Amino acid sequence: MSSAPRSAGANVLIALSFALAAIVLVTPLALIFSFALREGLGAYFAAILKPDTLHAIFLTVVTALIVVPINVVVGAALAWLVTRFRFRGQQLLVAFIELPAAVSPIVAGVVYLFLYGNQGLLGPVLQSLGLQVMFTPLAIVLVSLFVTAPYVARELVPLMRQQGTEDEEAALSLGANGWQMFWHVTLPNIRWGLVYGAVLTNARVMGEFGAVSVVSGSIRGQTNTLPLQINLLFNDFNIAGSFAAASTLALIAVLTLVLKSSLEAWERR
Amino acid sequence: MNKLLLSAVAALALVSSPVLAQPTDILNASYDIARELFEAENAAYAATGATVTVNQSHAGSSAQARAVLEGLQADVVTFNQVTDIQKLVDGGYVTADWTSEFPHNAAPFYSFPSFLVRSGNPKAIKDWGDLAAEGVQVIFPNPKTSGNGRYTYLAARAWATEAYAGDEAKIEELLTKLFANVPVFETGGRAATTAFTERELGDVLVTFEAETLAVVKQLGADKYEAVVPSVSFLSEFPVAVVDKVVDARGSRDIAKAYLDFLFTPEGQEVAAANFHRPQDETVAAAHAATFPAIRLVTVEDAFGGWDKVAADHFADGGLLDKVFVNQ
Repeated sequence: MSSAPRSAGANVLIALSFALAAIVLVTPLALIFSFALREGLGAYFAAILKPDTLHAIFLTVVTALIVVPINVVVGAALAWLVTRFRFRGQQLLVAFIELPAAVSPIVAGVVYLFLYGNQGLLGPVLQSLGLQVMFTPLAIVLVSLFVTAPYVARELVPLMRQQGTEDEEAALSLGANGWQMFWHVTLPNIRWGLVYGAVLTNARVMGEFGAVSVVSGSIRGQTNTLPLQINLLFNDFNIAGSFAAASTLALIAVLTLVLKSSLEAWERR
Repeated sequence: MNKLLLSAVAALALVSSPVLAQPTDILNASYDIARELFEAENAAYAATGATVTVNQSHAGSSAQARAVLEGLQADVVTFNQVTDIQKLVDGGYVTADWTSEFPHNAAPFYSFPSFLVRSGNPKAIKDWGDLAAEGVQVIFPNPKTSGNGRYTYLAARAWATEAYAGDEAKIEELLTKLFANVPVFETGGRAATTAFTERELGDVLVTFEAETLAVVKQLGADKYEAVVPSVSFLSEFPVAVVDKVVDARGSRDIAKAYLDFLFTPEGQEVAAANFHRPQDETVAAAHAATFPAIRLVTVEDAFGGWDKVAADHFADGGLLDKVFVNQ
């Protein structure tokens, strides 16, 4: 790489991409933190420690802790199914996996409303059982499961197709059973796809606004997730508060990426 | 792992299912721009020694009515439109004679569409006719989605009906010009306010007087001025106990006690301090400096009641659609 001298054109292009990244990616992120800290560290922590904001952070993290493991397992199973077996309707299943990523989140929210709302399809049944789904944290978890369902499978399907089944067949022919093959051959092969899928799922769960806003009922301190809380604070003219809340969301995102990168670095050693 | 997940989901379901014995909290589903008002009302209510926690949910008044119909467990609703409570009556959630359960037709406070202009009032906007002038940009929320916007439409029409002595062609011409002066219709009252203040769109914001005075206080009298027109449309903010929810939760007493508080002198004082005009005459007199005199027309006098307004003006193809050109 470094042996061939770079042309002036290449240098200009590299400089341009750095400048672009700085303008498009770094500046907004830096702005969030500078706005959040504009009134000092004390005001910043006071804004974050407001009970409603604290609860929004808690709800968002809990939702992610429930949704990400489920969708990692389900996504891996789906990817396994469509890449390791041949069956009727396979292409249809692949298309269905993609569906939540293809529809607008607001549509997902409205669909859930029509399913679980009192006037919805399952509403009368749920009401007679005394179960409340809509406008509760449960609805937020369900709709988050839906919108983030495709991310792990989307990462894994192309990867597993490309890798083929040779390693696994070799393991089986050497006497491994199904679980041994999965733990020692399949999983190590797909682990980066899995990690990346989990990172994407996590980012989407924590950042989801549209679908969640339909099903949440936005009860302060109960069903407001972090993105909803940021929007609410912003509309309350509480600019410092909304940027403080936004900075926690940004911070979580940065931490996830740092975690992923350090995992990669540790792996390479 | 799966057991863990199951129990987590079960725990969530438990948390979210209605508590049957002795609830100590109620949910108030309220309209968009009432956030600061109810934050203050709830603090004042707690100061009276009430041990009930009042949770708040805010969105457009009509959107909240829909949410309650879909199962939002609101013990009380505090809306900005009678028609939105009517939807709950139609759905069997609120008793038909809800207006007689509290004084003043169950409306503890009121406001009316008024103007907010930029400092110095550069376009010299004084009354409804000025909003239709050429080169004036007007911001108010979409009357199709916002009660606030519907009040604005009715206020402008009430003014025009008087100004043109009921000449329908002239009234519609004025309203068409007014609507054409709106560069963007936001869906809710607060979004219209942020469009005017944060995005600096428009020369005049038309919204409830309560919102105009709150903006002047929050963002500075050096930046904005509240202008009160010669006449406007009485906008009563009704409250109701959601019977279906309180009966299921056993929270009727605490829900009613909370709404009763809004009509007490203490509750009225908080409303006035947050720029909502109180019904209590003593409290109103004490805040006379904040609230200039204005002539308000009622829906009964000017339009023959809410049912008639809904049928004549807001139904598809009604009078609103005739003047709402760039929707």
